[in-house]
Amino acid sequence: MNQQNIIVIGNGMVGYKFCERLSDKDTQKKFKIITFCEEPRPAYDRVHLSAYFEGKTAEELSMASINWYKERDIDIYLQDKVISIDRDKKTVTSEKGRTLSYDKIVMATGSSVFVPPVPGIDKEGVFVYRTIEDLEEIIAYAKNCKTCAVIGGGLLGLEAAKAAQELGLQTDVIEFAPRLMPRQVDDAGGEMLKQLIEAQGMRVNLNKNTKKIIGETSVTAMEFVDGSVIQTDMIIISAGIRPRDDLARESGLTVGERGGILVNSSLKTSDPDIYAIGECVLYGDIIYGLVAPGFNMADAVAEQLVGNKSASFTGADMSTKLKLMGTDVASFGDIEPKDKLCKDIALNNPHTGVYKKLVISEDGKRLLGGVLVGDANEYGNLLQICQNNMKLPDDPMSLILPKNDDAESGIGIGDLPDTAHICSCENVTKGDILDAIENHACNSVSEIKSFTKAGTGCGGCIPMLTDLFKYKMAQDGIEVSNALCEHFELSREEMYQVVRATGIKTFAELIAKHGKGAGCEICKPAAASIFATVFSEPILDHASLQDTNDAFLANIQQDGTYSVIPGIPGGEITPDMLMVIAEVGKKFDLYTKITGGQRIDLLGARLDQLPQIWKILIDAGFESGHAYGKSLRTVKSCVGSTWCRYGVQDSTSLAIELELRYRGLRSPHKIKGAVSGCTRECAEAQCKDFGVIATDKGWNLYICGNGGIKPRHADLFASDLDKETLIKYIDRFLMYYIKTADRLQRTSTWMTKLPGGLAHVKDVVINDSLGINSELEAQMQHVVNTYECEWTNVLNDPEKLKRFKHFVNSDDLDETVQFTRERLQIRPLQHSEKP
Amino acid sequence: MNREWINVGAVENFAKDLGSCVKVKGLQIAVFNLSDNNRWYAVQNLCPHDKRMVLSRGIVGDKEGDPKVTCPMHKNSFSLTSGQLVNEGDVGNITTYPVKVEDGKVFLEVAI
Repeated sequence: MNQQNIIVIGNGMVGYKFCERLSDKDTQKKFKIITFCEEPRPAYDRVHLSAYFEGKTAEELSMASINWYKERDIDIYLQDKVISIDRDKKTVTSEKGRTLSYDKIVMATGSSVFVPPVPGIDKEGVFVYRTIEDLEEIIAYAKNCKTCAVIGGGLLGLEAAKAAQELGLQTDVIEFAPRLMPRQVDDAGGEMLKQLIEAQGMRVNLNKNTKKIIGETSVTAMEFVDGSVIQTDMIIISAGIRPRDDLARESGLTVGERGGILVNSSLKTSDPDIYAIGECVLYGDIIYGLVAPGFNMADAVAEQLVGNKSASFTGADMSTKLKLMGTDVASFGDIEPKDKLCKDIALNNPHTGVYKKLVISEDGKRLLGGVLVGDANEYGNLLQICQNNMKLPDDPMSLILPKNDDAESGIGIGDLPDTAHICSCENVTKGDILDAIENHACNSVSEIKSFTKAGTGCGGCIPMLTDLFKYKMAQDGIEVSNALCEHFELSREEMYQVVRATGIKTFAELIAKHGKGAGCEICKPAAASIFATVFSEPILDHASLQDTNDAFLANIQQDGTYSVIPGIPGGEITPDMLMVIAEVGKKFDLYTKITGGQRIDLLGARLDQLPQIWKILIDAGFESGHAYGKSLRTVKSCVGSTWCRYGVQDSTSLAIELELRYRGLRSPHKIKGAVSGCTRECAEAQCKDFGVIATDKGWNLYICGNGGIKPRHADLFASDLDKETLIKYIDRFLMYYIKTADRLQRTSTWMTKLPGGLAHVKDVVINDSLGINSELEAQMQHVVNTYECEWTNVLNDPEKLKRFKHFVNSDDLDETVQFTRERLQIRPLQHSEKP
Repeated sequence: MNREWINVGAVENFAKDLGSCVKVKGLQIAVFNLSDNNRWYAVQNLCPHDKRMVLSRGIVGDKEGDPKVTCPMHKNSFSLTSGQLVNEGDVGNITTYPVKVEDGKVFLEVAI
């Protein structure tokens, strides 16, 4: 069967989304998708471009890898663009000379930054803010600058200003209008925003119309129409967008007077075989400069191609919610209706930096629009009320007043109609989500996310998604059970709280008062771990609760013998100490191997040998490495600035300090750390539970990485910290994880399942949003102060030592354990090798 | 086949709520001394799954009231009363042995 050729011109976010949607829907493989991308890399997340300054890489910003296109049999031509369309022959020709025939074209050429035509705009040091290449140029130039002016005080302008500030530049925001974000907020909201931004050290210049840019070859200052002048070392332009319609224009398609490819509600241009979507499009006199409407257009065209002729785009809601420099800004509906009678209510608190306005119909029954600055928690709820034209409660003020924890919000999720959009990025309705739960066996928020794609765009709808899931479960009478096992209704987090609150120190009392039965292999080790963290007592005081590794302070191997791993903090070890390990290895004939955590593993030790081995190691100055425990393993390091010619900080000393601080800390699962002395990242800190990377100014902290079963790149948590703050943050983060995670949940899965994710953890750890930081720190300090080497504790306790023996009624050894030799060392004999 | 009660040592050699391994007539047997109601159980020390002598090092607990031991290797659980595997899977069952305590000594009944 012949496939139809669909040529997608432009591989930005919307072009990518179209490829995804069409390849998803085209189950019969009727279409061959070919896409041109003028940039050197496939589509990436332009909305979160400023994250690039915080350390996100181009790969992380990417919407999908090259392999993704291959897997879907989509041809993508990077660094090539279509320069002409021959509508008679139905072919396109590219800059690199490719000529391809098409059945349909989808133009997703996007937009470019509007550069005001003022004298001097072409001087060195003037940049636009649009692509990763733009950012790289900005970063390179900024190295020799101290100040930066950003032209544009809208959404993108403020993102660019944030980026400039991240680069350490004193930043001026220049806005032509009398307020910031003139499209999204009203005057009072703009004023609040201005104050919040100025409080962060930026200067905001309103009513400024740039007259010219001053400087010989490179920019030194800019002059405004009102005669004022500001000095600046560089300029970033982000003052609005212009649809890229040149190709359409040259191909004879109809374009709008002020730009934009004209489309009808089917998104067809004046040529019915050519569609256009995204920011290059003019529909109903509007250029939709947001991602969500672009995605909706992509979806509508894909639907039409697979046969749903009625799919259309009839305009989109321009409601937005975003976080700008830590400040929530949101607006929805009509914020300043010109032709409607309305009554506004507003709340304006300059002390807390919160401004909220609701535009309400004259009869007080309907919500027409609103603005939220400083706190946009109610955005989801208000947007639903507005979009679904729902009746307001008698006192609409209750919708925006600060709430007590237990107060119910005005309108519940259950009141929403099934057609209500929960996720506007992915166009998912309440009905879609209920359907996913009822008919597609989605039993958790993460399953709903992967099935419906809701919450995978901007993520703003996740709280509402979670509420909806819980509401549906409650309605169906299903309890979302976090019960640990048949003996405890409690989740691990709840068990932790019970132990903290009651001071119960034994499992017998815990299960008698808060559980039932005798316990099992799930609840006993969970309780043991909690007792160890909360009371910081030797773990073998609870020997019967421990898994075998903890019961014998060593890792059991497949033949029933154990491995021994002495602690080597930071991977630093003297030749003398190495010789001690070598002697132990020789004396007990142990298999010796270097671990991934910069330590040495000695394998093949029998139970009765463990105390003898540890006696030698501890007498020589070693401590337990806790390799057997759900606890801190190692803090890996490079040699850092002490030796390395690239190093900028002493990573080894910090790694040792951190490892000694958190050694023996019991947690829901193992914890690994690393410290790298520069951005080359030789210690691989970004795949650790906590990773630290040195910068010129201090330390960057990354959290919740994993290199194991499901690799996860760690998230940048905070930048350029001094050591004291760094340790404080790690203390709080680890304790918060220990307090709230499920059993056997690594920090990476904890993070992906935690409502609110990274932003929530930042809020707790940095802003103390739960008011628990002093408690978290005190708990950590208690564990640090009461640390005792677990093996030293055992060696000093004859009762505990009794257990290190295979038979209690004989000194015989377990004759089933047998070794052979391979590459000069022992290895266990497999069953098949036994006589 | 003849069976005989064999003395495997003093009660204080067997830690509470833990397993201990004894050698009896060439057999390895895991003995469990459970503190609630002073119950004692004995089963083969060999885990039928990976054929290693490890059950005495497992955690004890119960499944719906029936005492069980969980193998430290791959977390298979076996009833201490019946020897039956009590989780899903087909690794097989284990042998149980009668236990009694007399005059502060622990006795197992084994075939001779």
